[in-house]
Amino acid sequence: MLFHRQIRGDGDRVRLSLNAGEQLLLRDLLDQLEPLLADPDDPALRRLFPPAYSDDESDEQYRSLVRDQLVTGRAKALATMRATLGSDTLDLEQADAWLRALNDLRLVLGTRLEVSEEVDYEDLDVEEPRGRDLAVYGYLAWLQEQLVDALQPASGR
Amino acid sequence: MSTIVAPAEVEVSEPSIEEEWEHDRPWVVIVWNDPINLMSYVTLVFQKLFGYSLAQATKLMLQVHNEGKAVVSSGNREKSELDVSRLHAHGLWATMQQD
Repeated sequence: MLFHRQIRGDGDRVRLSLNAGEQLLLRDLLDQLEPLLADPDDPALRRLFPPAYSDDESDEQYRSLVRDQLVTGRAKALATMRATLGSDTLDLEQADAWLRALNDLRLVLGTRLEVSEEVDYEDLDVEEPRGRDLAVYGYLAWLQEQLVDALQPASGR
Repeated sequence: MSTIVAPAEVEVSEPSIEEEWEHDRPWVVIVWNDPINLMSYVTLVFQKLFGYSLAQATKLMLQVHNEGKAVVSSGNREKSELDVSRLHAHGLWATMQQD
């Protein structure tokens, strides 16, 4: 497979170039995640809303305090990503939304795949559903690495 | 000649001192290792949220990665809750406890 860099830093902007297939894939993933946010207690989202306290009472208070804010923040980031899938530049605020949205997609997919340690892509079979999901998971990691690199102030570009 | 003087009864106020002390003990925010978050991403989040240099953030990230957890901030309960919620907003596995 040929990989070009889809994401590059460019001063206070990020350059983006996703082909139609990539945009379609990401839109499909957003379509799947967005409705799940309606129920933050869904076990599929447990990595998005981890406990803050080990005791239940404190944690319940914490949840009631921040839950709505966390859901809204996530929904906004996903919406920003969706709205800018076809853009060729992102400002830093949009890039930050992408960073968090990509991470949320990876957390939910990784939880579903029960990713435990380093993923072994060697004998990945894309004919299998799990193989396809792992390929998507790997692709999201590759995109996120590029975005982190583009946003890393000390990367010495 | 020494005399043993029984101590006078003193009203014990320890519980309230203890409570106060409990209240004043600082909270620490801990980030736990997880197999999903990218090392480079975790480093960037530490820089962004806490203003750490790349070197400091990398050191903390490696501590999380190698030792399973690291204390990333400390302070009173309110500040720690805010820090935890910002880490949760970025998908990191963070908890808080009293030091």
